[in-house]
Amino acid sequence: MAVCIAVIAKENYPLYIRSIPAEQELKFHYTVHTSLDVVDEKVSAMGKALVDQRELYLGLLYPTEDYKVSLLSRLGIPCVKSMFPNQLHRYGYVTNSKVKFVMVVDSSNTALRDNEIRSMFRKLHNSYTDVMCNPFYNPGDRIHSRAFDNMVTSMMVQVC
Amino acid sequence: MEPPEEPLRPVIYTMENKPIVTCAGDQNLFASVYPTLSQQLPREPMEWRRSYGRAPKMIHLESNFVQFKEELLPKEGNKALLTFPFLHIYWTECCDTEVYKATLKDDITKWQNVLKAHSSVDWLIVVVESDAKKKNKTNILPRTSIVDKIRNDFCNKQSDRCVVLCDPLKDSSRTQESWNAFLTKLRTLLLMSFTKNLGKFEDDMRTLREKRTEPGWSFCEYFMVQEELAFVFEMLQQFEDALVQYDELDALFSQYVVNFGAGDGANWLTFFCQSVKSWNGLILRKPIDMEKRELIQSQEATLLDLRSYLFSRQCTLLIFLQRPWEVSQRALELLHNCVQELKLLEVSVPPGALDCWVFLSCLEVLQRIEGCCDRAQIDSNISHTVGLWSYATEKLKSLGYLCGLVSENGPNSEDLNRTVDLLAGLGAERPETAKTAQSPYKKLKEALSSVEAFEKHYLDLSHATIEMYTSIGRIRSAKLVGKDLAEFYMRKKSPQKAEVYLQNALKNYVAEGWALPITHTRKQLAECQKHLGQIENYLQTSSLLASDTHLTEDERKHFCQEILNFANEQKESPGLKVVLSMHSFAQLKHLHFDPSNALVHVGGTLSIEITLLSQMPISVQVEQIAVSVHFSIEKNSYRKTAEWLTKHKTSNGIISFPNENSSVPFSRSSSPALELYEMYERSPSDNSLNTTGIICKNVHMLLRRQESSSSLEIPSGVTLEDGAHILKCSNVTLDPGVNKIIFRTQAKEPGTYTLRQMCTSVGQVQFVLPHIYPIVQYDVYSQDPQLKVEPLTDSLLAGIPQKVKFTVTTGYYTIKNGDSLQLSNADAMLILFHAENRAIIYSNTREKSSEASLMIQSSEKVTSVSLPMAPAYHMIEFELEVLSLPSTPTSGESDKLVNKEPQRKNKEKQKAGNCMVTLDQKVSIDCPWSIYSTIIALTFNIPFKATHSLLSAGKRKYIQVCVQNLSELGFQLSDSNLIDTGNSPDLQLVPLNTKCQKGNKARQEDPRELVGDAEPKNSIYIQHIYSKQSVFFVWELLWTKELPPSLHCHFSLDFYPASEDRSISLKPYSYEFQVENFFTLYNVKAEIFPPLGTEYCKTGSLCSLEVSITRLSDLLEVDKDEALTESDEYCTTKLMYEVVDNSSNWAVCGKSSGVISMPVTARATHKVHMEVMPLFAGYLPFPDVRLFKYLPHHSAHSTQLDADSWIENDNLSVDKNMDDQTDNSSQKSKSSSHSAASVEHKGLPMPRLQPFPSGQVFNSSTGMQILVIPSKDDHILEVSVT
Repeated sequence: MAVCIAVIAKENYPLYIRSIPAEQELKFHYTVHTSLDVVDEKVSAMGKALVDQRELYLGLLYPTEDYKVSLLSRLGIPCVKSMFPNQLHRYGYVTNSKVKFVMVVDSSNTALRDNEIRSMFRKLHNSYTDVMCNPFYNPGDRIHSRAFDNMVTSMMVQVC
Repeated sequence: MEPPEEPLRPVIYTMENKPIVTCAGDQNLFASVYPTLSQQLPREPMEWRRSYGRAPKMIHLESNFVQFKEELLPKEGNKALLTFPFLHIYWTECCDTEVYKATLKDDITKWQNVLKAHSSVDWLIVVVESDAKKKNKTNILPRTSIVDKIRNDFCNKQSDRCVVLCDPLKDSSRTQESWNAFLTKLRTLLLMSFTKNLGKFEDDMRTLREKRTEPGWSFCEYFMVQEELAFVFEMLQQFEDALVQYDELDALFSQYVVNFGAGDGANWLTFFCQSVKSWNGLILRKPIDMEKRELIQSQEATLLDLRSYLFSRQCTLLIFLQRPWEVSQRALELLHNCVQELKLLEVSVPPGALDCWVFLSCLEVLQRIEGCCDRAQIDSNISHTVGLWSYATEKLKSLGYLCGLVSENGPNSEDLNRTVDLLAGLGAERPETAKTAQSPYKKLKEALSSVEAFEKHYLDLSHATIEMYTSIGRIRSAKLVGKDLAEFYMRKKSPQKAEVYLQNALKNYVAEGWALPITHTRKQLAECQKHLGQIENYLQTSSLLASDTHLTEDERKHFCQEILNFANEQKESPGLKVVLSMHSFAQLKHLHFDPSNALVHVGGTLSIEITLLSQMPISVQVEQIAVSVHFSIEKNSYRKTAEWLTKHKTSNGIISFPNENSSVPFSRSSSPALELYEMYERSPSDNSLNTTGIICKNVHMLLRRQESSSSLEIPSGVTLEDGAHILKCSNVTLDPGVNKIIFRTQAKEPGTYTLRQMCTSVGQVQFVLPHIYPIVQYDVYSQDPQLKVEPLTDSLLAGIPQKVKFTVTTGYYTIKNGDSLQLSNADAMLILFHAENRAIIYSNTREKSSEASLMIQSSEKVTSVSLPMAPAYHMIEFELEVLSLPSTPTSGESDKLVNKEPQRKNKEKQKAGNCMVTLDQKVSIDCPWSIYSTIIALTFNIPFKATHSLLSAGKRKYIQVCVQNLSELGFQLSDSNLIDTGNSPDLQLVPLNTKCQKGNKARQEDPRELVGDAEPKNSIYIQHIYSKQSVFFVWELLWTKELPPSLHCHFSLDFYPASEDRSISLKPYSYEFQVENFFTLYNVKAEIFPPLGTEYCKTGSLCSLEVSITRLSDLLEVDKDEALTESDEYCTTKLMYEVVDNSSNWAVCGKSSGVISMPVTARATHKVHMEVMPLFAGYLPFPDVRLFKYLPHHSAHSTQLDADSWIENDNLSVDKNMDDQTDNSSQKSKSSSHSAASVEHKGLPMPRLQPFPSGQVFNSSTGMQILVIPSKDDHILEVSVT
């Protein structure tokens, strides 16, 4: 489903980033990094607007020819339907602790609706929360958790 | 909704479509009314209620009034809505019934029939009335009649289909009223018509759409139908509704494409799959691109044509709706989408064609938006347009690469052919833009025409994009575009221009810790720097890359080799040294000091083991690793280090450095952890706490400016310190991973050394660690040689051999062969030495290093201890036995010194009891390292204390010596001996000590019981004396002639420590004393007799006490004092007696004391009687009888008294106890010299009392008791229980 999933720390460094196919890893890194611009924009707009505090989903960040990137955030951005087939879209999600989840989705998978993206993010968030609950995990460190890895893999494998 | 702005309308809206209303009947009449009508109709809005639950809208109506023709009416099946007449109006101003009947009725009927034939029910008959006509024709019928007739004839049940308009051209209230009514009617009917007809159309349209699954269905046909509806909405200025129609078409088409991709293809769609031949971009300047519309209508449009047309319509409507930013957003989506759709439909597209199309379209959209917005609006909405700019830049770049415009040599023939093909696909420029200088078409054509033009356009676009991204704060996106630009510059061989973009991008990635982009950008930067010839920067970047684990092994080795190559190249020609930061080359992990306390004496060796983690992929031969050390002299360096050490106690000499992982630089973004320490400051005098607090040791890390943290990337920040002190280690091979390097240094100057920088030299390349943190220090100290002499036990005892420990701390002095300690012999202290004396040499850390035998030579004055050879900062320990001589038997003078002097000194202590007399022995030692002698004072305690007393039995005299052991040791005593130093032949001292005393028999309470047979001389027997015990010795004094008043005695006693054998001969303990006035002069005897006639004394009854004082000797020397009165060889002396009962057993009745005159002749007796009364029953001791010399007044003597002795004597006079055991020679002499004034007042001529020395008066009734029985009438029985 997703081709790249990234967890970005509050300070904008990657806590976790994985992508398929591996050859395009660098490209995904650049993509996710630039998408942080939009995240910042949306998060700072958040302060001005009175929005539902429970909504973490940022919606579709921006599509490129190939991707959709999504994010989760506290912003209540209306769902953006993937009207552009055969692209990868980026979606975003920002937690209350300003940790960002970015998901790059191959939009050729048109069956992927906004609600599904949301539920994927929720799953990701829950798994991330589990990682944080690990007493041996130092907040701010890179995530090396097998459980988290497996969860990400499951979300990526669904496509193929 | 709002009507579009007036000035815009004529430009955009070229098709002046309005709903058509036909006019029949009196054309002249209509012509006269038309101006007012067309003006008044749109003036007021009307509410339009919609079907399908759509929200009602207020609408301003306009109409296109045309003359009624039958051809205007749509035929069956004609779906055209734009040309559809929505309302038919019949105009008449007929007011004459006749005329009506004659012509009008027929005319209307004919009109109605035509309408009916076309099933049109939307009609209206307008009757215009004018007062002018009415006035002229007075006979006319009331106007209503014509109207009524018409209503009757035509409007059955639809009376509202006929309206009257009164005097339309006049300006009266009636006219106005009539107009209003008419207009309202007209609007209502129009809307009714719209609702009905549009509803019908929509229904038809839906029906058509439902048929889309049928085989012959054509999207283009349906498109035309729905667009008709959109047109009508647009005509009614319902742009929102119109847009919805297009959006529905858009979604429908997209869905078909998606389904096609999923394998569910519609036949009509294959038509759109034809290969793309034209890519001339969007055209947004015309409201309707009729050219493309016709293509769609004729089903010849390609996918791009359809999308272009659809978007141009959407764009037009959005601009009507004042939503230009949505245009830009939709445009970007559209462009992405089209690219994907073409891929999905597998449409064959010549390479670059889509790039051309996208580029043109982007610019077209941007220019369209710019055309309808002012500058300020555009500037504040950059975030909406920047995507298009970026996209256009990207596409132009790819076109440039495709057409060989970026390559160094310019396009080749293949590239040129491709360019020509691409330009051909653009077609001719559209007439709309032909006159615009900056049209997208012209731009693209120019850009593709030459390398220079391309560069200009590409740079323009890139800079504009970067600027826009930067202005809206999308820094990361701007950097990415900048990186593309850098790549372009690199291709163009302008690395100097590329560098700044790469550096900026890299800085951003490093600051945010994105490892892969860092690596990638760094690689580009390395290439750029190599081209630029920035050797230092290139090497620094190379070192970073060589240590980058994200690169492949080969790449890392390549960069590592680059550094090594440079280093070796330069070796021959010593040029400038290149200084690089070390953190990428190797990391400092641990540091280990040996000795672990990092404290070393001058000249000592300190080794520092450094653990370096080499980051290089291959082994590197390092010429030298140097650590520069900062030296500072601090006074309390030793103390400081000790403090420092206690804080790092656990470190065990190992200092770990924080893991600064260069690949994860985000650790820098999170501030370092606080390093807090407790701080106590104590007052130096009494060690009380003055202040306490918490110190943050890494303030400089926490408070440094954030910007400077990125300076790590700039190698120029690395400076090499020139320190005088440098630790070096040469020719080291650093293998990848952990390396241990050991530095050895010989400590020179005392002080604190701080490790500051570390520098690794590889050829001409130096890797420098500018700061070593946490601070690493070691201390060098210097120590003077020292000699310490201390007893092994708590205290030294005089008289027996005692061990003394000598400790020589060599300090900086090295003990050479022949160095010796010269001990000046003290007279009273012997140094005993044995052959087996050994010295042990310890190293500085208290480890035993060697052992050597000690050579001791003794001459008369000096004992020389030759020290074994020992290096500096070692310790030599050895033990010597010393013997302090408590007394020297040959010298009577020293004897007195030994015993009497300390006694005087420690008078108070002596009184308190068991304190040992101490003896200080001073030894002067000459040390080889100093010209001055060291004087060592040793204090010896004399283990014994001896006291003597004189005992009398009538005239017989005994001397008792008590020896008290004050030490903790037990001793064996032997050879007790008492001699008269005067050696008087008349005197004999007979020992009464038992011959053989064993065990606890020595512990005799009463000295008198020790009296036994005289002991034969030379017989050795041992007497034990345990710690804190006393032993008594008694001798009887026998004399033949009259003796001198005083007797000098010398007591000596051999002793050995009980634990040792008596192999060494020790000097005996000696004690010298003097006995005076030991001859008994008087015998005092007291007797108590019960009252006459009774057998026993009774309490409360008077008894008689008889005291008889008997002179035992004739006149002696001692009697010759003031009390003696001589007359004719008959001498008398005055004595005073006193009966005292201290225990209150007796009540002395009458005179208890008196002065008697005593003849100084032997056996002269004086008896005194007095009465005493026993107060208690039982065996009562006799009251004391005391005898004093009664001296007449002697003024000279009394004035010598000082105040102190007066008081002392006063005390004595109150409590005089002649039998006190404690009297000894000194006390006796004291009382004899001072007590004379006991009852004398100062300066008054009073007689004095002088007590007798204890030996002169013998009280024969001492200790006697008498039985007293209780009196019969005494009922009180006192029982004391103890």
